[in-house]
Amino acid sequence: MDWQSLWLSAKLSTVTVLILIPMAIFVGRFLAYKQFRGKSWVEALIMVPLVLPPTVIGYYLLVGLGSQSLIGQWVEQFTGTQLVFNFSGLVIASILVNIPFAVQPIQRAFETIPHDIPDAAACCGMSWWRIFLKIELPMIWPGILTAVVLCFSHVLGEFGVVLMLGGNIAGETKTISIAIYDSVQAFDFEAAGTMSLVLLVFAVSVLAITTSLSKRLGGHNANQQR
Amino acid sequence: MPTNNADLHCEISQQSPIPLTAKFSCKAGEVLAVVGPSGGGKTTLLRMIAGLSSSEQGKIECGGKTWFDDEQHIHLSPQQRHIGYVPQHFGLFPHLTALENVISGLDHIPKIERKARALDWLERVNLHGLPARLPAQLSGGQRQRVALARALAREPSVLLLDEPFSAVDRETRERLYMELARLKSQLSIPVVMVTHDMNEALLLADKMILISQGKMLQQGKPFEVLSHPCNETVARQMGLRNIFNAEVSGRDVDANITWLKMGEQIIASDSAPELVVGQQVRWVIPNQGIRFNAITSGRLCRSINKLDIVIESMLIMGESVRVKARMADVDEVFNMDIPSHLAEKLSLKSGLATTIALKSEQVHILES
Repeated sequence: MDWQSLWLSAKLSTVTVLILIPMAIFVGRFLAYKQFRGKSWVEALIMVPLVLPPTVIGYYLLVGLGSQSLIGQWVEQFTGTQLVFNFSGLVIASILVNIPFAVQPIQRAFETIPHDIPDAAACCGMSWWRIFLKIELPMIWPGILTAVVLCFSHVLGEFGVVLMLGGNIAGETKTISIAIYDSVQAFDFEAAGTMSLVLLVFAVSVLAITTSLSKRLGGHNANQQR
Repeated sequence: MPTNNADLHCEISQQSPIPLTAKFSCKAGEVLAVVGPSGGGKTTLLRMIAGLSSSEQGKIECGGKTWFDDEQHIHLSPQQRHIGYVPQHFGLFPHLTALENVISGLDHIPKIERKARALDWLERVNLHGLPARLPAQLSGGQRQRVALARALAREPSVLLLDEPFSAVDRETRERLYMELARLKSQLSIPVVMVTHDMNEALLLADKMILISQGKMLQQGKPFEVLSHPCNETVARQMGLRNIFNAEVSGRDVDANITWLKMGEQIIASDSAPELVVGQQVRWVIPNQGIRFNAITSGRLCRSINKLDIVIESMLIMGESVRVKARMADVDEVFNMDIPSHLAEKLSLKSGLATTIALKSEQVHILES
């Protein structure tokens, strides 16, 4: 069992979720409420990581963030570190790859809020922030929870993009999925089996808890007067 | 009546996204019904008053304060207008209890007073014992009353109701009518109520405006609009079905009477618009203006307005019967709704030849 890889994967998942979910809340809200020209193109662009092979995404990120690219050179100049083969590069990649998993459930959750409710809240004298925090956020919790679980689990199991962009550096870019692959390559089936079981148990538990929580959180909204 | 500075004045005009033109006032303590078919612009108008959407041109004033003025580039937000708004589906916050819902509209008063005020208003709308319930645990009528309490607890400068009775069952609706009628006497603010139901306007409103396809067709007291629609479009929008052709056969301006001729039948109308003898006109009579002979009061109807009819069909619709009857000597058909018990008492049936009387004050000649 490669505890270091498990810890790295958990860290990567947590950092990704912490950065991505707040952004997804605002993007999801914007897409749910606003109508604008080119909206379907923006929505399609957000969905691209779902249909593009991870190796292709990894390749473009490698080229786009590498030391030969403008972004890569700029980051190296200011921070002294490279984005590729580095934990921060993995965070950027994980965020980009998981955008659809974060935005979609949250956007759908916002879309289920009847228009009457924010209107009524505004007419109750509540400010934009108060409506967002006190009315909308509690109503979209199931969507946020789904987004968190999807992103966390997806980052934990991400393989192609991580391998392309981060390689296999222990403690830096060697996540649990890569550790499993490594173990299999080295015919260490016992370690691969243990790590796979850990991921399996984690996935099933998280899904069970999410379903139960979603039902409880969504219970208030289930009988909304529409 | 002098203008009260709590009155609402609205004059708006826009071409897109939907054309809408309206100009009206609503006095403090008055209920104004905005009536019209679906998609006519009623809710858009209400949202403009609320500040939830804006008009291209116009001016909205309430309580002496300008809420909207396109020339001065004034557009106050709903928060700044301090209104009470009850949306069609009530807009209750599903994760908050009835009490919390009412309290959420009370940010403008000290925190310590909010709970007492919210409880007081829940009591006033007969929701005692239910403040801890979530909206999902309340019936449709109870939700509506929570929404009403939330809107009124704010002591708003205007109360806006968007189809307030459309989402509740008939029995609850009847009860809510009574409650709104009771609350109306206690409120000293303008109340604007959107509805597509003319009966609601007749029952609750002091004044109504009729809106169709973005245009304000007529305004006035509901009964006046119903009995004196300004033209055929309004008459049809009001659900009036008895609209006929006739020829002006005489006028007496002093006695305020116009005689209309339909075939050999003479019909008197208690009005004397500028018409010439021989002119072809359209006239209308509401259901309330038609009486079957057996129940006709001689005082109300001129004998000249008695018409021989033959009942063609009778359709039972719940507690009323829709009677279709053809005039004996003219090819015109009357449609009347009468209570079932009355139809039974008068032994009305298809094929029966009988007489109806028309109230002359309700025979209304339409503008051409």
